[in-house]
Amino acid sequence: MSAKKITMRVTRYRPEQEDAPTEQAYELEFPDDWVVLDALNYIKDDVDGTLTFRWSCRMGICGSCGMMVNGEPKLTCAAFLRDYYPAEIRVEPLQYFPIIRDLVIDMTDFLHKLKAITPWIVRDEEKPLAEGEYLQTPAQLADYKQFSMCINCMLCYSACPVYGHEPEFIGPAAIALAHRYNLDSRDEGQEARQQVIASSEGIWDCTLVGECTEVCPKRVDPAMAIQRTKVATTTEWAKSMLMPWGKQ
Amino acid sequence: MDVPKHDVLIVGGGGAGLRAAIAAVEADEHITVGVVSKVYPMRSHTVSAEGGTAAAVREDNTDSHAYDTIKGSDFLADQDAVEIFVKESIDEVIQLEHWGCPWSRDPDGLMSVRTFGGMSVDRTLFCSDKTGFHMLHTLYQTALKYDRIAWYDEWFVTSLLKDDGKICGVTALNVRSGAIDAIPAKAVILCTGGAGKLFAFTTNASIKTGDGMALTYRAGGPLKDMEFVQYHPTGLPGTGILITEASRSEGGHMINREGDRYLSAYTPERMELGPRDMLSRAFIQEMRANRVFEGPYGEYVHLDIRHLGEELIMERLPFVRELATEYVGIDPVYEPIPVRPVVHYMMGGIHTDANAKTPVDGLYAAGEAACVSMNGANRLGSNSLSEIIVFGARSGKAAVEYASEQEFPEANTLSQMAQAEKKRIEEQFLKPRNGNERVATIRRDLQLAMEQGAGIYRTEEEMKTACEAIRKLLKRYEQVEVDDKSSVFNTDLIAALELGYMLDVAEALAHSALLREESRGSHAREDFTTRDDERFLQHSLAYQTPEGPRIEYLPVSITRWQPEERKY
Repeated sequence: MSAKKITMRVTRYRPEQEDAPTEQAYELEFPDDWVVLDALNYIKDDVDGTLTFRWSCRMGICGSCGMMVNGEPKLTCAAFLRDYYPAEIRVEPLQYFPIIRDLVIDMTDFLHKLKAITPWIVRDEEKPLAEGEYLQTPAQLADYKQFSMCINCMLCYSACPVYGHEPEFIGPAAIALAHRYNLDSRDEGQEARQQVIASSEGIWDCTLVGECTEVCPKRVDPAMAIQRTKVATTTEWAKSMLMPWGKQ
Repeated sequence: MDVPKHDVLIVGGGGAGLRAAIAAVEADEHITVGVVSKVYPMRSHTVSAEGGTAAAVREDNTDSHAYDTIKGSDFLADQDAVEIFVKESIDEVIQLEHWGCPWSRDPDGLMSVRTFGGMSVDRTLFCSDKTGFHMLHTLYQTALKYDRIAWYDEWFVTSLLKDDGKICGVTALNVRSGAIDAIPAKAVILCTGGAGKLFAFTTNASIKTGDGMALTYRAGGPLKDMEFVQYHPTGLPGTGILITEASRSEGGHMINREGDRYLSAYTPERMELGPRDMLSRAFIQEMRANRVFEGPYGEYVHLDIRHLGEELIMERLPFVRELATEYVGIDPVYEPIPVRPVVHYMMGGIHTDANAKTPVDGLYAAGEAACVSMNGANRLGSNSLSEIIVFGARSGKAAVEYASEQEFPEANTLSQMAQAEKKRIEEQFLKPRNGNERVATIRRDLQLAMEQGAGIYRTEEEMKTACEAIRKLLKRYEQVEVDDKSSVFNTDLIAALELGYMLDVAEALAHSALLREESRGSHAREDFTTRDDERFLQHSLAYQTPEGPRIEYLPVSITRWQPEERKY
């Protein structure tokens, strides 16, 4: 395999040394099947052990290695260098998040939002395990399956103009997950989730341009979840206006 | 002391750790549990498991699952542990269903089951081919419900603390701040996964560095059956990305260069659904007979699923298609997938009993990090996802019971221990020391030694060479110098600490392998080609000593199934 040369410009930020992020260029040779993450690992192992980033599975399922690659949110384990060659590649931390160091962002905010949408099955009554599983047909499974595929990689937040302006916005992945549980035939927790989302800052600013869906590496389609949640919320609101007695 | 204390502290936030955490808080409403994980829990390697989770949900009794597991283990599994496992796995998968796990379904709404290698009936539940991903996220999201679980995300455990012979907590590096603290606990459960990164070519994530195994080994606990390393027969050449066994359950064929389904010569009754150890050996035999393809990343054969058709592939194997298309540019709907055997799983691990208890008081272990043993010399595919929930839950309950009779350790003692640990790490890694060794260089040399000495087939000479190489690497490790001397998110330091764990685990593995003079399950020796029940119907136990591992043996527990010849 012939090696080609490419320049990578990588964001550096070492909070113990500097006040603001800077950029460092690395020139490297790469075989045809290298991804951006391979290049970062090469730098870390053989050139500069201080370069800092997160990664783990390198097969697109753990959600650790999201970064901005030439301005777009990407899983770096699936971003091939050959697709950018011969131009330079700019690798930056995911935008709209605070930077902890170099390419590592702070995602604690998302974890609060995740918990806020009650991401578990809510039921008044649990049936005993001895009675076996809840029946769920393939069609009922298909209703929510797509929205259960989120790997929490944060690319959608980094692509979301609303989140960029309004960090309080509960955001695409959290709404998609709320939608996932709302659509699950085993769940009875819709009401609580709906309220959290409807009262969330920003949801009504979302113009459904769909950048979140565009960048999702797992085709979760958060934009669809947001859209359906809005419709459901306005319908509920309309119902409560028109039929205040009609609480189901 | 800055850090709160917990009745039970769990190290590792994968499937076993999360199941343990939920079991622990549910066992006693007055306790708190801490989950310490070097990555956010949903990044844990459970996420990469694909094919499914075995449980006898559709059977009248569990004997067949037990027998298949024991035969698969080449009769090295402890049969009492297996009997517990096959019974409890049924409730555990139903429990996950109640928690929302999106199991694939039959038209009548029941959870679907598929066939799997070495299983004589269909008993593997699945979520298409992302079963581990869905189990992990279901467990994590369910665990968020419990306010009595405290999360130490991105904390790296550097040592186990012992007081008066009992485990009383851990020291951990807060990755974000760089601080090293003691986290006091009455009991500790290690759920840190396996150690696939001892090898260069592995399906395992970068985080699988044997941390819990090494922590136990250093604390005086034994590592059991470490010589048994599972090579999965179908990894993508180069990256080692796993192509699930489910692609064969659904009807995929393994084809050599001659165009033959070559497994007819090795596992004629089960063909592609023989156990993993035999299929991986079959590849080597085909390679020696010159019937495999040559590629830039070594020899390979074809896994052909084209005849399954696009519709079934999209319903049952979408991730296989996604991975092959994205990473090697091959769409398996139209082309066969190149595959070769790849290091996948450690049957061995921290020695525990069926309650997940180790011989060290206050220390428990579950999941791939542990060796109960229910997998013996070869694990059957889809038993590990049920193992993590069965023994995860058991470990949580057992640790709570133990903790209820313990007192918290003296704060002063702990703070002194934390100070000493901080000093050790600073002296060894963070002060400039003119060391002349890089972490990555030693790691690569270790991986090379392991691939040469602990491969699919092994010889005394190769294993001796590996043992000697590891000794030298341990010496070189004393000269390791990290580039990064800073505090905030120092992944260079973490890599150095992980390398230390890997070296210890590797040494235990290589020595256990050298001394097992027989072929059993995944441990295939060219110089001792048959199973020797007279000498080796026993578990190996490796203890750390300054001179190297000391290996002892422990009889296997046999209840109802006498060892017999293993054929498929």
